[in-house]
Amino acid sequence: MMRYDLTRLPLVKPLLKSRWPQFILTALLLAGFVFAILAGLAGTPVGSRNFGIVFVWIAWWAALMLIAIPLFGRGWCSICPIPAPGEWLQRGAVLGPQESSNDFSRSSATEVATTNVRRGLGLGKRWPNRLRNIWLQNAVFVLVALFSAVVLTQPRVTALVLAALLFIALGASLVFERRAFCRYLCPVGGFIGLYAQLAPVEVRVKDLALCAAHTAKTCYTGSAAGYGCPWQVFPGSLVKNTYCGMCVECLRTCPHDNIALNLRAFGADLEAPAGRKLDEAFKAFIMLGAAVTYSAVLLGPWAALKSAAYAIGTPAWGAYTAAFLLLIFVLLPGAFWIAVRIGTVFSRSGASTRRMFVSLAYALVPLGLAAWIAFSLAFVFANLSYVWPALSDPLGWGWNLLGTAHLAWRPYLTGVTPALQAVVLLGGLTWASATARRIAAEGLPPHAATLQSLPVILYCLLVTLALLGLLVA
Amino acid sequence: MNAERAARWFVLGLALGVPLAILAVSWLRPAQTLELHARMAESGGWTPDALIVKAGEPLRLRLTSDDVLHGLAVGQTDWPAVDVFPGKVTETTLTFDRPGTYAFYCTRWCGVNHWRMRGTIEVTGETTVEPAITPPLYVTLGIDIDRPHPAATTPARRPSAGRGAALGVTLPMEYLTQEYYRSHAPMEVWRSLRAEPFMTSLSDDDVWDLVAFAWESNTSPEAIGEGGKSYAANCAACHGEQGGGDGVMAEALVKQLSTGMGHEAQAPASFIDAASMLGASPALLQGKIIRGGMGTGMPAWGAIFTEPQTWALVDYLWTFQFD
Repeated sequence: MMRYDLTRLPLVKPLLKSRWPQFILTALLLAGFVFAILAGLAGTPVGSRNFGIVFVWIAWWAALMLIAIPLFGRGWCSICPIPAPGEWLQRGAVLGPQESSNDFSRSSATEVATTNVRRGLGLGKRWPNRLRNIWLQNAVFVLVALFSAVVLTQPRVTALVLAALLFIALGASLVFERRAFCRYLCPVGGFIGLYAQLAPVEVRVKDLALCAAHTAKTCYTGSAAGYGCPWQVFPGSLVKNTYCGMCVECLRTCPHDNIALNLRAFGADLEAPAGRKLDEAFKAFIMLGAAVTYSAVLLGPWAALKSAAYAIGTPAWGAYTAAFLLLIFVLLPGAFWIAVRIGTVFSRSGASTRRMFVSLAYALVPLGLAAWIAFSLAFVFANLSYVWPALSDPLGWGWNLLGTAHLAWRPYLTGVTPALQAVVLLGGLTWASATARRIAAEGLPPHAATLQSLPVILYCLLVTLALLGLLVA
Repeated sequence: MNAERAARWFVLGLALGVPLAILAVSWLRPAQTLELHARMAESGGWTPDALIVKAGEPLRLRLTSDDVLHGLAVGQTDWPAVDVFPGKVTETTLTFDRPGTYAFYCTRWCGVNHWRMRGTIEVTGETTVEPAITPPLYVTLGIDIDRPHPAATTPARRPSAGRGAALGVTLPMEYLTQEYYRSHAPMEVWRSLRAEPFMTSLSDDDVWDLVAFAWESNTSPEAIGEGGKSYAANCAACHGEQGGGDGVMAEALVKQLSTGMGHEAQAPASFIDAASMLGASPALLQGKIIRGGMGTGMPAWGAIFTEPQTWALVDYLWTFQFD
């Protein structure tokens, strides 16, 4: 598959190797993040007039779902402000080493050991082996999702959630090594990782042999030029974007200039059979189920459903919770398992249903991203005009800093949004179908692969029709 | 300065800069803009519910609703009501000329306890002239407004002021004065007229038509129109648009009051009930409106309506009895 190393372009490598651009962006975003918390706590409780709600759940969400994830994968994670304070404390530095890897390449192996001593705070414990998966991330995401109707609309609740994320990340950095929070706990990072497989960019090693021969493995252990991979990933073994935070620390620490930032085809990771796991498969079901549920609750016409989602602690909310959990943990995976099983029987492949279930679930990755983009298109364009008053009056205290405080709400692109959503959903279906067929063909002859994938494609079609009904019809 | 130190200063600058910027802008922002939140009475009503402002100074309000559509109006004024939408901010500015305590209230039927959604605005300042306090007419007349007041006789047909005028009877002036009209129940007017020697040729229903004529002579289409608007906005939710005591909130209100009191609460009054209405004087109705109904869900409107508004409303109530 064709790849183009973007670091070959002038300025790109110096820009990535320098810590300043990434640091300044992260610090500014952290200031915005803290301001969002303050706005939620001290600003107006009117969601549409509060910076916390408008900039987190409308502006940031739009940038994340419509641009960052589809085009840059985990690009957001590389400048995310949430783990920054903990990481700074853990490292004992906010900027970090300034020595270049070229200088370091002349250093001895002894210097490697001495320069990699931790100077910051924290216990540096290893993350427990049993939890080295994304089940916890799945659970945290579901937990937040159950309260999302309130979280997305009430500034104080949003502030509490953001503050909780900040403090949990801080705690995780002080107890565990590296970015344990990002890798194993962050509810946002979980789905960004899943959908980053589709992004047209990747961080990979250029020459695996060179990497294997480099005994110091400074990309993982760190050096005077930078830190060992914060995401606990050895770049030489990377086959997909899921757990690469794109922080390009390895680009700084590799003494052999063996790290590339590749431009590649969309969805290239889905072609790699390695590394498919049940926790990631369930992440796909959770995200698909959440997209369906949010579309029904937040955009649908059912007042009773909306009320139930808001009425936390009531029997109605309990029923809503039960239905949501049933959908994402039983109905969607159950129906998918039946589809896979039917395919296995009809194709007479003899393949393990469990293995095919996990593998074919990756066909839901493009469908899920399409569902989230379609959902986001609807509410982002409908609510984007809230950004202008919130810029002028971020706390809802009656300011008019930029003269835009009195701009009235008006939805954008209402005429074309349904068509855009339909195109995105149908594109997602096509991509998912092609992915299902290709995954089935990994171990089966063409005819059997078609039979194996057909029920899964039908499953994807039904989900797409449901989403078309909810979002477009 | 090395890079790490510069980066730390950058972070420190942001950490201090953000709150300092907020404080600076807060200090410079226009004074006395107050955010007033409306919630259904069950969820707290108005927040805050007590405002203070100096006489002559503008009180800038940023109104928003945290649940359903509400409305804001200030009692004892003729300022138009402002709708308060959920999730949106509506701005309005009030300026009070005279010191005193004003009531503000919800003007939209937001729930069964809509009438509880009230707050106060204390307007401070030096009072140059003490306003004269005139007790309401029902107090002057010593009317016990809680006593039952049934009419012993009711008309066989709906009285009509038009028919009364067409009779060509010249009523003595005492029956047409405002003082007489407001202090006597229609039943009392009818009984007095019936006893007049020149009425012997008229039937009972003709006399009732003259009572209706006396009512019409003491009001005006403008007063009826204003009273009708007040009724639709403030009374119809419980008393019903047609005055039958069967408004959209009536059943829920009775249920709620009964639960609270432990016995069956009194339903909202029916203005189409001739026995009850024709035994009540305008002064009695004014008292009910001003003071509210003891032990019933009837709120006190004395702090809300001006005296002309109250009388206009009373005049309108007779349209449920008279044509």
